[in-house]
Amino acid sequence: MNSLLNVILTTDFAFSVLRVTTPILFAALGALISNRAGIINIGMEGIMLVSALAGVIISAYTQSAWVGLLGAVLAGTMVAGILAFFTLKFKTHIILGGVAINMFASGGTVFLLYLLSGDKGSSTSLASKVLPSVDIPLLKDIPVLGPILSGHHILTYFSILSVIVVYYLLNRTPIGLRIRSVGENPHAAQSVGVSVVKIQYTALLLSGFFAGLGGAYMSMGYLSLFTRDMIAGRGWIAIAAESMGRGTTVGTALTSLLFGAADALSNALQVLNIPAELIATLPYVATVVGLVIYAVSETRKKNRKLKSPLAK
Amino acid sequence: MFKVKYFEVIRTSAVIVIALAIAFLIISLVSDQPVKTIGIFLWEPISTKGHIGNVIEMAIPLMFTGLAVSLLFRANMFNLGAEGIFYFSGVVTSVLAIHLTLNNWLHPLVAILAGSLVGALLSAIPGILKAKWNANELVTSLMFNNILFGVGLYLLNYHLRDAKAFANVSFKFEKTAQLDKIFQGTRIHTGLIIVLVLIVAAHLFLYKTKWGYELRMTGVNREFARYSGMRTAKVIILVHLIAGFIAGMGGSVEVLGMYNRFQWASLPGYGLDGALVAMLAKNNPLSVIASALFLAYIRIGADLMSRLSDVPSEMISIIQAVIILLISAEQFLKFWKNRMLLKEAKEA
Repeated sequence: MNSLLNVILTTDFAFSVLRVTTPILFAALGALISNRAGIINIGMEGIMLVSALAGVIISAYTQSAWVGLLGAVLAGTMVAGILAFFTLKFKTHIILGGVAINMFASGGTVFLLYLLSGDKGSSTSLASKVLPSVDIPLLKDIPVLGPILSGHHILTYFSILSVIVVYYLLNRTPIGLRIRSVGENPHAAQSVGVSVVKIQYTALLLSGFFAGLGGAYMSMGYLSLFTRDMIAGRGWIAIAAESMGRGTTVGTALTSLLFGAADALSNALQVLNIPAELIATLPYVATVVGLVIYAVSETRKKNRKLKSPLAK
Repeated sequence: MFKVKYFEVIRTSAVIVIALAIAFLIISLVSDQPVKTIGIFLWEPISTKGHIGNVIEMAIPLMFTGLAVSLLFRANMFNLGAEGIFYFSGVVTSVLAIHLTLNNWLHPLVAILAGSLVGALLSAIPGILKAKWNANELVTSLMFNNILFGVGLYLLNYHLRDAKAFANVSFKFEKTAQLDKIFQGTRIHTGLIIVLVLIVAAHLFLYKTKWGYELRMTGVNREFARYSGMRTAKVIILVHLIAGFIAGMGGSVEVLGMYNRFQWASLPGYGLDGALVAMLAKNNPLSVIASALFLAYIRIGADLMSRLSDVPSEMISIIQAVIILLISAEQFLKFWKNRMLLKEAKEA
């Protein structure tokens, strides 16, 4: 137990929490936007995977990390666009559509990787670029806080900034109001002249944009290369984080941080004498526990409402 | 010539044709010898007895998980947990196949039943969470896949691993535990008979029993089923138990039928493929046979193609995604259905 505390109560650990939260947070914000528009984007995992590969390929060919980032985000938005086209135009079931996107990504990325590098496992032979980490002046000199908050990857800071942007977007802008109204009641939104389909397209594309940032971080920050199935369930954890965050931006950000902590813990615990296979399940166990707590409290709330005399 | 009642058949065929056309297009783009490669993809799986055997061997686990998932989908449960259960039941069965000493008949029976029961119990957890508290079964079942995989891998590495084998595999199964081969010259095993019996049983259950009716009604509209007096929570838990039992049996049968040691160091993927099989089969148990054979055929085709040509086998997952997107697309070819309806109405 003591050694466990020794691992957790360090600035290194707190630093790594932020590091592993970043991709989850990006994807969770994306899931939040599409969910608020009434569309569950199950394809987060696949979109992140495609973006991660796109970032590596494009940065390797242009020799610019920033163009790579742009390519990753565009790829993510494009895949979300395909999903949107099928679900909104062809009325493909949104969950099955998402499953298809994930299946496409897990095989399609390996397919493309093999064609470009002759390797099915990782992109070691591609000279891809990595986005920089930044030290924040002044902050980096503060004891404790400095080592935790400074020196992160640039996308980590961008993910924190994105929380504010998404909060502002959803709660303070006309498009945010429309997204929320479409999600609450599409018929009512339609009747006051909001184009439901257009808003849902926008929301899905935005969710692809954020998932794309998460994917780019995985291959151009968290790691400096692409490996097959490297997202490893983070897209799903993000969806769980969003649903535990009860559809609010702040809640989503905080639950993402919680899952990030579970993830970091599972990394940190590997130094202890506990089988790595079991520790690797920790974030998923945390997700199930979180979902159950949320579902139980929701059910209780609903039952209380049904029982109260005002409900009639 | 075309009647509305054949619409679904025509639509499914159209989707398959489009998917194959895309496969050809991809092959043409990446292969140096596209015509030859397409030929391998299409004909090689049915060219020799051994390859036909490969297709049928691969169809067996797909039938198990396809059947399990179609029952869940029928009840409108978007549960993809067959993946983890298939794997974990395989581990459980392996433990018994290694450590028990029983005769030829009893050994596989006990090992498979144990795997199936463990599968049923594990599957019940997302079911209960859904039925009681409406916890999203899709997310919980996917998380369970990862958890079961982690626990299974731990058991393999720490308790079953044969250190002398120089690979991440378990000790050898007892000879008595392994399933018999039923066709000379192939590896097709008695699991084929088990799954076919199971499919017929599921068909009868779904269409001829009260429980099957309740399951279908719950799937169509849970609220309506509840108001007409059905205990939908019970139905949901029941369908999870049955589906888990079938998926678990699939994993157990697969390890005893195809291998002499447990050797999956990653999730084998049959659970997610099961979802595709179920969709192609329109969630009908009997159609699961044909759609599993079709999927096995194109996957063996892709495998052989990657071995004999320059196109990697992962191409097939792109094709699978296209099939899912188009099969589940309600609007796809709808205009045509409407035109047929109009014409038939005029004729009548």
